[in-house]
Amino acid sequence: MAINVKVMERPIGQVSYVRATLKGMATTFKHMIDPHKVTTQYPEQKETISKRWRGTHRMLTTETGKAKCVACGLCPTVCPANCIKLVPGEDEQGNRYPLVFEIDEFRCIFCGYCQEVCPEEAIHVGRHYENSEYSRDGFVYDLERLVAQTHPVCEMWDPADPKGE
Amino acid sequence: MIVNPVLAVVHNIGDEVLPFWPFVIATVIKMLVVFTVYMVGVALLTLAERKISAWIQGRLGPNRVGGKLGLLQPAADGVKNIMKEETLPGHVNKPLFMIAPMLAFIPAMLAWAVIPFGAPLQTRWGIVELVVADIPVGFLFVLAISSLGVYGIVLAGWASNNKYALLGGLRSSAQMVSYEIAMGMSLIPVLLLSGNVTLSQIVNQQASMHVWNVLTLTISFFVFLVAAFAETNRLPFDLPEAESELIAGYHTEYSAMKFSMFPISEYANMATSSALMATIFFGGWDIPFMTRDNMVAVSWPWAILSIVIFGLKTLFFLFVFIWIRWTLPRFRYDQLMSLGWKFMLPMALAYIVIVASVMLALDYAGLPRGFLYGLALLGVNAVLVVIAFFILDRGRIISPAYGRATPQQIARLRAVSTSRSQLSPQSGD
Repeated sequence: MAINVKVMERPIGQVSYVRATLKGMATTFKHMIDPHKVTTQYPEQKETISKRWRGTHRMLTTETGKAKCVACGLCPTVCPANCIKLVPGEDEQGNRYPLVFEIDEFRCIFCGYCQEVCPEEAIHVGRHYENSEYSRDGFVYDLERLVAQTHPVCEMWDPADPKGE
Repeated sequence: MIVNPVLAVVHNIGDEVLPFWPFVIATVIKMLVVFTVYMVGVALLTLAERKISAWIQGRLGPNRVGGKLGLLQPAADGVKNIMKEETLPGHVNKPLFMIAPMLAFIPAMLAWAVIPFGAPLQTRWGIVELVVADIPVGFLFVLAISSLGVYGIVLAGWASNNKYALLGGLRSSAQMVSYEIAMGMSLIPVLLLSGNVTLSQIVNQQASMHVWNVLTLTISFFVFLVAAFAETNRLPFDLPEAESELIAGYHTEYSAMKFSMFPISEYANMATSSALMATIFFGGWDIPFMTRDNMVAVSWPWAILSIVIFGLKTLFFLFVFIWIRWTLPRFRYDQLMSLGWKFMLPMALAYIVIVASVMLALDYAGLPRGFLYGLALLGVNAVLVVIAFFILDRGRIISPAYGRATPQQIARLRAVSTSRSQLSPQSGD
């Protein structure tokens, strides 16, 4: 039979399900005719993303169009997800440059350490998120592809200006 | 005019039966039109449900296929469901598993045959009743057929050979059996008032009385409304498919179009219940505020107007079904049972007695069955509704899973909790 449970004595207005039902129906009806809807029509409309958004990587270039990277090896060292592959090379003048520079966007956790650690401000995480591919291989971005990205890059957090004003 | 004796029996009006061939042609046309409109309507109902639920939740709903209103969404859903893989699990009872979706759908559609959807149409060959089959047993047929709908669900649950599905099927059978009684009982006052079970006669009675049954028999209407929700397995009575407890209930093992048949049958049942409510309690095709007698056959424009009126009434109830679904949470199983047996059934039974007594008194007083008669019943109803509201409003009827704790028990519980808090002063930091 029934379990004895302590029951609070409440005024009828609070325990009446008839009134609660009617109130609920009024609420749902009000929401139904309310023209304000929260849906974002995604491919056509996009939410504005933060200036500190960390998305698809981008390699910045010098005025001559060469990647700024000097193959110092800091970013593969700092990368917690171990997703950067860097093979350094050296030209006749002794300038180091990356022979191979690949980022696996699938493994990347978008922490932004590579951008923070880079002494040449070469590699950046970007304000961009639409990177779908038909195969896993497509997510391994090589140097050429990183250079070819055009989206704005992430602005790092500045302790002197914490709100980014 | 050749009067076919068989048709004369089928046609309970009897006096002006159509000749054979016009009757056959008219019936075929009515069947085709009703079937087409019904199927398209059910398809659009799925869209309406998605749209209204979206609006209620502050979303836009489907708007990619077929314009801003997503009018082709049902077609897209249908194509998707037909293209999907049809799984037939190895552990199911195959014949029953295959037949269950059909059994769920067909009864819902059959009930439409007896629902009059328009005023009788005067044509060159005679009067065409705008109902597929105006059979003398009327809503008894509807009750019998809609009871068959439970077989589809129970067989689906049983044939799936799955615990969740079986529980869903069992719940559904218990629920339907419980609420069917209240539903049947709620229709007896209608029978008393109209003196006939034929739906077209019930419509005529309401039209000639100039008061719809919802006003003269309000309690019956509410009992019927609640029972209709339970019969169609709609929220707040969707325990047979309670996702949070039973995965998907009776249709857990189904896929593709076979699965789709269950939601379709649910919508079909909704449409049937709505049409029944419109017919029995809201005057069916009776055009409101029109004083001319609706019992005679009418010409084309009036017939079309009456069909539109009937459609609007049905659509209103369909909207109420959807509206309630996105407002109320699901009942607990014991609440469902106690609402059905401890409240709906006694209320319907008491109402039969009250209506019968009032009608006896009114007839004895020599009041003719007309507008005043309806007003007298309306007055009685207003009192009864207030009383019923007062009883329901106590908030104790459908939540019986507790007993009242006595003051001694409360004192003991308090003592336990205080001694515990003294034992462990560090708790609650």
